[in-house]
Amino acid sequence: METILKVENLNVSYGRHRVLNDIAFDIKKGDYVGIVGPNGSGKSTLVKTLLGLIPADSGKIHFGNGLELARHKIGYLPQVAITTDSLFPAKVREIVEMGLLVQKKFPKILHKEDKTKVNRILDELSISDLKEEKIGQLSGGQQQRVLLARAMVGEPEILILDEPTSALDPKIRSEFYQMIQSLNQKRQVTILLVSHDIGSIGQYTNKMLYLDQRLVFFGDYKDFCHSNDMTDYFGFETQHKMCWQHGAHDHNHSHVKLKTSTSSVEDVNTDQSLKVVGGEKV
Amino acid sequence: MILEAIQYGFIQKALIAGSLIALSCAFLGVFLVLRKFSMIGDGLAHVSFATVALALLLSVPPLIVSIPLVILSSFLILKLNEKANLHGDAAIGLVSSLSVAIGIVIASLAQGFNVDLFSYLFGSILVISDLDVYLSAVLSLVVIGGVVFYYHDLFAITYDENYARVSGMKVEHLNYMIAVMTSITIVLGIRVVGTMLVSSLIVFPAVTALQVSRSFRSAMAIAAATSVFCVIAGVFASFNFNLPTGGTIVIFNAICFAFAFGYKVVLTS
Repeated sequence: METILKVENLNVSYGRHRVLNDIAFDIKKGDYVGIVGPNGSGKSTLVKTLLGLIPADSGKIHFGNGLELARHKIGYLPQVAITTDSLFPAKVREIVEMGLLVQKKFPKILHKEDKTKVNRILDELSISDLKEEKIGQLSGGQQQRVLLARAMVGEPEILILDEPTSALDPKIRSEFYQMIQSLNQKRQVTILLVSHDIGSIGQYTNKMLYLDQRLVFFGDYKDFCHSNDMTDYFGFETQHKMCWQHGAHDHNHSHVKLKTSTSSVEDVNTDQSLKVVGGEKV
Repeated sequence: MILEAIQYGFIQKALIAGSLIALSCAFLGVFLVLRKFSMIGDGLAHVSFATVALALLLSVPPLIVSIPLVILSSFLILKLNEKANLHGDAAIGLVSSLSVAIGIVIASLAQGFNVDLFSYLFGSILVISDLDVYLSAVLSLVVIGGVVFYYHDLFAITYDENYARVSGMKVEHLNYMIAVMTSITIVLGIRVVGTMLVSSLIVFPAVTALQVSRSFRSAMAIAAATSVFCVIAGVFASFNFNLPTGGTIVIFNAICFAFAFGYKVVLTS
């Protein structure tokens, strides 16, 4: 499978504080990658660096297939909190059209086929009936669908989502993950999804990138669940919590060490000496 | 009464220049208010006080001195925000208070033009010169044209600056463009309502429109219509009732806001 994003030796700091250390991974076209890790682990910093919003100290980021030259082929979905201003005077249609208009050179005019694209994505995400509604008066879940429509209307090859469900309740969150999974499967869009909700996203993603200021794990979710190194790193209970919803954890995994760790899924061991990539310890 | 007033050349000039400046203020105001940067109008108005004092000291037309200096000050505010890691309001406060201090010092050093300076504090559109009318018309049309031409880009950075940046838009360039357009508009606006009140021409029409509009286009249209209406109504009312024009225009703006706010409350209750 073709590599669509290659990151090499990426280091990022805020002032003197190094947030990401020597990050390296390859994303293949069509992957659905969950970027997870505890608070302050550098998840959002990583995606913002990939998107060019934060400069890197060193390292390389290569978007494949000419994407570096075509920024609009990279879709971006921020946290939903951005649209909470109920006074903001914009209709859903205007927000989704923005996804096409930012790609256009002057004069920025929407043609008939552009309007067809807008209507199609609104239909696909089941928000056609909200087209003329004011964005600020929609629920968090509806607003997030609108922003997803804006990100998708330009038919991106990579979609990067930065904690898109942090403000949503569990039911809406689950529906949202399913919607993203459907876009990944139907449209073959490569997806990078930042989340603190490790247990849930494991059901939908096919790869996991676990950060804790350095790359702790990158590879298939099942490999994560079966990795003895990860059991050593997180402790059995925490690893089990991360994997049980996915059904990937082998309960009879005879050689995992049972630990009495009390750490939660979001509050894990931060031993930084271990680095496992592709399910392999390096 | 209106027909009588409109016969006068100074009223015609006030209506033409005032309406064009009102349109510029309204268009920019929507972007500035939504980006929580509306106080830049107030800050740059304070800067223009100092630049007018300098122009009067040098005996040159104030527009010629004020426009470049106010543009430089707006760049300074942006740079302070970017580099000195100051909050937007703090940078505006620093630059505007320093400017007022400089203006006061210049005015006290060069005694004799305090009456002229007073007219810039509270506006004097009814005594606007032909040169000012032409300059105001040209510069207002430049600002209005800029907003119309870059409408979609300005909308994108107003709604979500990070998204615009990720999409490859030159957000910094657009921010500087807004700063230039705001500076020009503020300098023109001080002729209409004065340095003390010019920020109201930026803020009032925008917040009035935000109470009742459902789309971005309608917000721009309502702000523009409100702003032009208030200038026209203010000019006629001040002529007929012998009131200060700047203050009358701002009071009309406040009345429009009160109506829009009341309408919204009734609609939502």
